[in-house]
Amino acid sequence: MLQSLKPGSTGELVEAIEWAVSGTHPLELVGGGSKRALGRPMQTEMTLDLSALSGIREYAPEELVLTAGAATPIAEIEAALDEKAQMLAFEPADYGALLGVPEGATLGGVFACNISGPRRIKAGAARDHLLGFHAVSGRAEDFKAGGKVVKNVTGYDLCKLLAGSWGTLAALHEVSLKVLPAPERIRTVLIMGLDEDRAIAALGEAMSSAHDVSGAAHLPAAQAARSAISYVAKAGAAVTALRVEGIGPSVETRCRELRALFAGHGDGEELHSMNSRQFWREIRDVAPFAGDSRAVWRISLPPAAGALLVAALRELLVAEAYYDWGGGLVWLAPAAGEDAGAALIHAAAAAHGGHATLLRASGDVRAAIAVFKPQAPAVAALTARLKESFDPTGVLNPGRMYPGV
Amino acid sequence: MQMPPPDENTLGHRAEIAAGLRDLIGDAHVMDDDVSLKAYDSDGLSAYRQTPMLVALPGTTQEVSRVLAFCAKHEVKVVPRGAGTGLSGGALPLADGVTLGLGRFNRILDIDYPNRSAVVQPGVANLTISQAVDAAGYYYAPDPSSQIACSIGGNVAENSGGVHCLKYGLTTNNLLGVEMVLMGGEIIRAGGKQFDADGYDLLGLITGSEGMLGVITEVTVRILPKPPMARALLMGFASNDAAGQCVAGIIAAGIIPAGLELMDKLAVHAVEEFCHAGYPLDAEAILICELDGPEVEVEELARRVGDIAASCGATSSRVSESEAERQRFWLGRKSAFPAAGRISPDYYVMDGTIPRRRLAEVLNRISELSAQYGLKVANVFHAGDGNLHPLIFYDANVPGELERTEEMGGEILKLCVAVGGVLTGEHGVGVEKRDLMGVMFSETDLKQQQRVKCAFDSRQLLNPGKVFPTLHRCAELGRMHVHGGETAFPDLPRF
Repeated sequence: MLQSLKPGSTGELVEAIEWAVSGTHPLELVGGGSKRALGRPMQTEMTLDLSALSGIREYAPEELVLTAGAATPIAEIEAALDEKAQMLAFEPADYGALLGVPEGATLGGVFACNISGPRRIKAGAARDHLLGFHAVSGRAEDFKAGGKVVKNVTGYDLCKLLAGSWGTLAALHEVSLKVLPAPERIRTVLIMGLDEDRAIAALGEAMSSAHDVSGAAHLPAAQAARSAISYVAKAGAAVTALRVEGIGPSVETRCRELRALFAGHGDGEELHSMNSRQFWREIRDVAPFAGDSRAVWRISLPPAAGALLVAALRELLVAEAYYDWGGGLVWLAPAAGEDAGAALIHAAAAAHGGHATLLRASGDVRAAIAVFKPQAPAVAALTARLKESFDPTGVLNPGRMYPGV
Repeated sequence: MQMPPPDENTLGHRAEIAAGLRDLIGDAHVMDDDVSLKAYDSDGLSAYRQTPMLVALPGTTQEVSRVLAFCAKHEVKVVPRGAGTGLSGGALPLADGVTLGLGRFNRILDIDYPNRSAVVQPGVANLTISQAVDAAGYYYAPDPSSQIACSIGGNVAENSGGVHCLKYGLTTNNLLGVEMVLMGGEIIRAGGKQFDADGYDLLGLITGSEGMLGVITEVTVRILPKPPMARALLMGFASNDAAGQCVAGIIAAGIIPAGLELMDKLAVHAVEEFCHAGYPLDAEAILICELDGPEVEVEELARRVGDIAASCGATSSRVSESEAERQRFWLGRKSAFPAAGRISPDYYVMDGTIPRRRLAEVLNRISELSAQYGLKVANVFHAGDGNLHPLIFYDANVPGELERTEEMGGEILKLCVAVGGVLTGEHGVGVEKRDLMGVMFSETDLKQQQRVKCAFDSRQLLNPGKVFPTLHRCAELGRMHVHGGETAFPDLPRF
């Protein structure tokens, strides 16, 4: 029987965690519920439903700062920002379609999992935009860190620690974040027909240029064919994409110069605003792999190694892949196996200077293998001590990342 | 400044500790004579001085590991030190501590253009990185004003900023990985050359931790292609209000300049006497707005910023027409501290951050404090990100004036917090703002931060006495204080 605690205020959140601690009742933290199928499955007695801790509390566009309840849906935030021509520059993904769950990502969830989209290469990750928070730790203490200004080095940067801690340290209930002006114009330069080695080299060249690229992705032909954008789907070839954003005259000039730079690299094409938005949403939300049920891995590595890693893995297993972050983010879907290729993929990612995370697989598979990169002993020991410093009895998302953490 | 009381047992074993360190890293790299130690007695916050017990200068990661393990075993405190340019006393020595200098870690290990990254040792100067990649068309973005001298390891420890961090971020946003050694001697790596690290974000946590969590022994930074063009606008205003409105107007128009600096009249006059940058002497405040990027974009944005300035009543506005002129606009801003040194025997640099919309109000309140304390204040300000640097002019030879200066500085920082800002934007807490931490954080907030310290260094041997106003023992911090059973929670439905 699964029960749920739904605190309606900070005080009730403290009480809920106090109760959990006093009887050692482990809790699964849930905001919008869109990420429940991520990470290691947990043996929790109860869910801690944070969804009532929602709503925008302070938004001053000229400060580039927004403060909201942690469970505020991303959609609500983006709607408010849109009215002021601003945005979440780190482009949080929504894996709803990929994971087969309803959309409903919240600010707290996005920060807790440090989920960033294609613009990460230019604007930074989710963690770079979290300015401050209020949270209740596994000690049932309401505490804060950071602030509501964009430049702050007062005290340890616990924002970074909480971002990407998957709810294992504290339950966020209010966050302050940095927002940025939305670009006036967006275009995407497409280069058709490059093989993966040449594509990664081209993405690298573009990112090393002064053209200030804000998206750099490559879809091999099979994945390109699944796009909803006809230019991409009907290319009949691999598609390499470079996004350019900013004020109108600048975007036009940079697109022209990028196309000239790659004039010898196959056919060029350009996507304007609507299609650009759709294209980068597909890249962001892993749309090329949303239509099936294979395991999906997210591999972060030095960008120039992207195609090398995939080539090395294809020697060992059958897999589809596409690339974001100029090659620094590989989305990999191996043909189903009992372990989703975990041992091979973790080893290959590490050999190429990166790390792999299993993003989609059944609960049984996620329970059986390492979802996150196995840690070096000294790092694992430090991780356990950090967990203990926030949550000594292990009541918050226990085991979500690593056994015992 | 109250520091942890020196440990008599440690002081009594000074000679044995020196001998033990010499065994580990060689005679030449351990200093115990008064003349050598004197050179390490303060960092950039020279109002506080303390001669260290010993100085050790290891040359490799393994040596750092051995030194820390040795000190941990003998319960000897360690204070890490980069170039010693920090402004908050983070590297202030301890009378019973070993100052661990990273100056021998001065090599660039790897420049990786395909991955737009560089791996460097912590003692490499900030500017040296940009110089090393300059010919290939790259640079390292964070540019603290001490960039000629300050070390990248110190930048990591302090999460240093600079005039360009409005657009390009602080140190933390420009790092990819570190190697560090914990107090017990464990060598760990966080991050690498990829865009995000696995596990808890130890890279983000160590950045800005003021040398209290680990000793950085290697840093991997992001390098960026140099923008093809940069131009600066120099704008004068008849009031702080008008300048503040212009700052808000620029941001509200969706423009994020590479730099956006404000100087008040006293600062303008000080630098004009010092270096003749050509600033308008009749203005109450000036703004320098730098725009960088593709040429067509810079031209267009310069036009838009000029229009915004005009609509805010700018009394003068000029766009740099050449690289030399752009440099000249910056010359005055970059000379602000030495210029202050010329017109006052001593000056004290503050570093709070405020919400931009409170700018004029805060500047006006600082003027009132200036009158009240009888101390002149010049304001130099990273206006784009709300980071205020009031310079309080004083004379340390006048009895009581330093104390009055510090008291007034404290009032300014409390004001920053009261209007929704923070105690420090880029200089760090160190010893300087340590005792003000309670203005911004509750005891619960501070205890949780100290528990993080305990997870790295359970005996609090690494740089103790910094950042936290009260030292608590880790065992005490670790205890749980939950009212088990007192909360009548079986009645779950009320949630």
